[in-house]
Amino acid sequence: MTNQTDTPSDAGQVNSRRRPTGRVAELWMLIFAAVIVTSALVLVQLNQNRSLSWSLAYYSGGYLAALAIAHLLIRRYALYADPLLLPVVALLNGIGLVMIYRLDLAADVAAVNRGEPTPTPQASLQLVWTAVALVFFLVVLLVVRDHTVLQSYAYTLALVGVVFLAIPAVLPSSLSEVNGAQIWIKVPGLFSIQPAEFAKIALIIFAAAFLVSKRTVLSTAGKRLFGLVLPRARDLGPLLVALLLALAVLVRGKDLGTALLLFGTLLAMIYIATGRVSWLIIGLLGFAGGAYLAYRLFSHVRVRVDIWLDPFGDPLGSGYQLVQSLFGLGTGGIFGTGLGAGRPDIVPFASTDFIMAALGEELGLVGVAAILLCYLILAERGIRTGLAAQDGFGTLLAGGLAFSLALQVFIVVGGVTRLIPLTGLTTPFLSYGGSSLLANYVILALLIRISVSSRRPPEPRPASPPVRPAPLSEANTEMVPVLSKSDPGDAS
Amino acid sequence: MKRPLRRLGTAVIVMIGLLLANIAYTQVIKADDYRADPNNKRTLVAEYSRQRGQITAAGGVVLARSDPVNDQYQYQRVYPGAGMYANLTGYYSMRYGPTGLERNQNEILSGDSPELIAGQLSDLITGRDPRGGNVELTVVPAVQQAAYTAMTDKKYVGAVVAIEPSTGKILAMVSTPSYNPNPLASHSDAVQRKAYNALLNDDPSPLVNRATGAVYPPGSTFKLVIAAAALQQEYTPQTPVTGKSKINLPDTGGATLSNFGGETCGNGGGADVSLTEALAFSCNTAFAQVAMSVGTVPIRRQAEALGIDVAPPPDIGVDLVGSRLGDVPDTAALAQTGIGQRDVAMSPFQMAWITATIANRGDQMAPHLIAKTTKPDLSVISQTQPESLGQAIPIPVADEVRDMMVASEKETLGSGAISNLVIASKTGTAEHGTDPKHTPPHAWYVAFAPADNPKVAVAVMVENGGGLGLDATGSKVAAPIGRSVIAAALAGGP
Repeated sequence: MTNQTDTPSDAGQVNSRRRPTGRVAELWMLIFAAVIVTSALVLVQLNQNRSLSWSLAYYSGGYLAALAIAHLLIRRYALYADPLLLPVVALLNGIGLVMIYRLDLAADVAAVNRGEPTPTPQASLQLVWTAVALVFFLVVLLVVRDHTVLQSYAYTLALVGVVFLAIPAVLPSSLSEVNGAQIWIKVPGLFSIQPAEFAKIALIIFAAAFLVSKRTVLSTAGKRLFGLVLPRARDLGPLLVALLLALAVLVRGKDLGTALLLFGTLLAMIYIATGRVSWLIIGLLGFAGGAYLAYRLFSHVRVRVDIWLDPFGDPLGSGYQLVQSLFGLGTGGIFGTGLGAGRPDIVPFASTDFIMAALGEELGLVGVAAILLCYLILAERGIRTGLAAQDGFGTLLAGGLAFSLALQVFIVVGGVTRLIPLTGLTTPFLSYGGSSLLANYVILALLIRISVSSRRPPEPRPASPPVRPAPLSEANTEMVPVLSKSDPGDAS
Repeated sequence: MKRPLRRLGTAVIVMIGLLLANIAYTQVIKADDYRADPNNKRTLVAEYSRQRGQITAAGGVVLARSDPVNDQYQYQRVYPGAGMYANLTGYYSMRYGPTGLERNQNEILSGDSPELIAGQLSDLITGRDPRGGNVELTVVPAVQQAAYTAMTDKKYVGAVVAIEPSTGKILAMVSTPSYNPNPLASHSDAVQRKAYNALLNDDPSPLVNRATGAVYPPGSTFKLVIAAAALQQEYTPQTPVTGKSKINLPDTGGATLSNFGGETCGNGGGADVSLTEALAFSCNTAFAQVAMSVGTVPIRRQAEALGIDVAPPPDIGVDLVGSRLGDVPDTAALAQTGIGQRDVAMSPFQMAWITATIANRGDQMAPHLIAKTTKPDLSVISQTQPESLGQAIPIPVADEVRDMMVASEKETLGSGAISNLVIASKTGTAEHGTDPKHTPPHAWYVAFAPADNPKVAVAVMVENGGGLGLDATGSKVAAPIGRSVIAAALAGGP
């Protein structure tokens, strides 16, 4: 595998029929995203009655550099990547950066008004995190040259994932708690990370590998009951153990959003693997039971549900966040106040969990719809990648990752718009936050890697026999070359 | 594997579709509710970013204006008069909300009325900033200045109210100590907080509007109301009343009520005096007996006619605390009510209004502070016309009280007499507190002038004797202030 590259080989070795790589289209779409994001930054500045400044050049320059680097990385290491994935992510990341910058301006004004020193701008940190995320992106592309290798590390990843996830639970709360949720690993003075973001990916990979290996048993064996084929629990053992451990840790740390996300994603993956609705029904029944139990057992769950049912019951107390979010959205209306012309800073956690409310206020329904459609494109391209994948593992992994993105958007955006009870989660690529950004770029790299495997033209037959033949079980069927008449070997 | 994955793709479309539908519902159908919700601070912030109208005094002197500035709120509220008008204008604070006229006239000043809300939406679309209307007061800067300077020069705690008797226009309304409203309207939260906390800790509090927002025992100034009630019964100004230095209060087991300083009334050595003399020398024993003989009902009727215990109090543009007579449960209470003690509580504004009504021969004019309101282009929205509320005191009785007040002024000490000017007045030195004999009394002076053709009626109240201690009297402390205010009011052309 080490001698594989995605760069086209010498022309003499490639079929004359070259498959389009999609890189030109990707470049144009990236330019489109760059234009939108740069214009948005300028708009913020103008609406805030500020002159165009060097900080603006810093942000837009940094963003453009990030786009260029990502594009070049893909050209070098994933030439046949799906051309839509990166531009959509770039647009979302850019819009997030603009909104975070805009909230920085508001925070500055508020600090000056309170006579406090101006806070560290989150936007510049987010730009640094974007750079780090690109490094992660590159590392994943470099290390995972073929996504199928991940299968061999499935159990290791599951173990690492669950252990990583559990670290905050054993750390003292001074090193692990932020806003009441004990889900962080804080390195004082340096950074804090949210292990759940990474554990989620590890568990999805594990689930994909596990389900592929158990697919046949899962979709056939089992007792029938009321027309449903009940699966055998022991077939799912390891997956259930990993899931229950993860859920226990998350619920204990009050990270309901991630628990919901993980549960939903793994359930969807089981469904993809087996195609059996009975699994969905069992999963949803389990969810209903768990949700009811959580409602009865945990006061913070009850509070969330009560706020959801009646946010205006205590608009200045427990319902404050959601009420402010709804006010922001309502004030924005159809067309929004315009970037920089609203007051999204009134909504608590506007740059993280509630960034969609902030965007809804300033960009209006039109802007929010555009952003949600971006997520739809992203998720559907991911699912398409899964459909096009040539191996079951690729299908499951891409499908799981893509669905997890969509579900995360559903949970957090549904929460801040009062479609469902509010559980804390970041909005992928938009929200401020290093862990979230890094993890999502890892997901992007994995999706791109899987898309390469299906979009890449078949490897031309090497001129010489392979140095290291693949094991027979993994070997491709090969075409027998038909020697042309001009072949020297056929002369005389 | 492909078929379930395709179905999942459809599920994702449904999920995003649900989000979109719900957000559309929030941002389109519920949007107006959310925008108009009182808890939505955005509406408030938008209001602060508007060019607010001006508050001006008579003659166009600016008391509050909005200057364009280069920050997110675009306009800075400025009060050029600083403390002199603070009790009237109030302040326009983002943190503590508007007070005074800034609050009471907010709809005009902010350009915010139900009709204008539709206009604001179109303003949002057209990008035009809505502007507020202006409020012009009846207050005459020269009179306000005279009153404010006289009070602050002596560091008095109290209030001065001057009213034009024939129209009910409020010519001056001062409360001291005052405060500078400018830092409270600062766009800096820190500056606002610092200023506000300093005011909260100040003692005596500058945030109390002593002219309208506080009530005090009126002491002897209340004898005007008793006299007016008595003169409508069998009394005349010449009716003899007791001149004794002290009388027993009935049903109290020997409690007594005595004259100021324990003296007999006037110089009669305890012999009866006329009602006029009793008022001029402010004899407590006489008025206690007059009150007891007139009875509670006529006194209460007269008090209510003059606006006491009337709810709601007249709308003059700033909040008024209602003045009251008290329950008058027994005869002893009635005797004390007769000298403006016990439960009688008057705001300086109320005493000025009563004095103005006497000056206007009993014809009670609606008091008002707002002369007119105008649109940003200065076209008039509303203009206050003088309005009579009726004959609160019969004309002959009001004239008799006036004459008695002229006699009273002649006996009143204190500086500031104006040559060739006949003033009608009454002083008051009101005990208060839990230990009234050892607490410096409130000093009152109510007056109008010229007596035959009144142009100004004034009430002065100085809390706790203005630093003169137990020796303080209305004539020593409050009368000079009242006379200087009268002089200022008449200087413009008597």
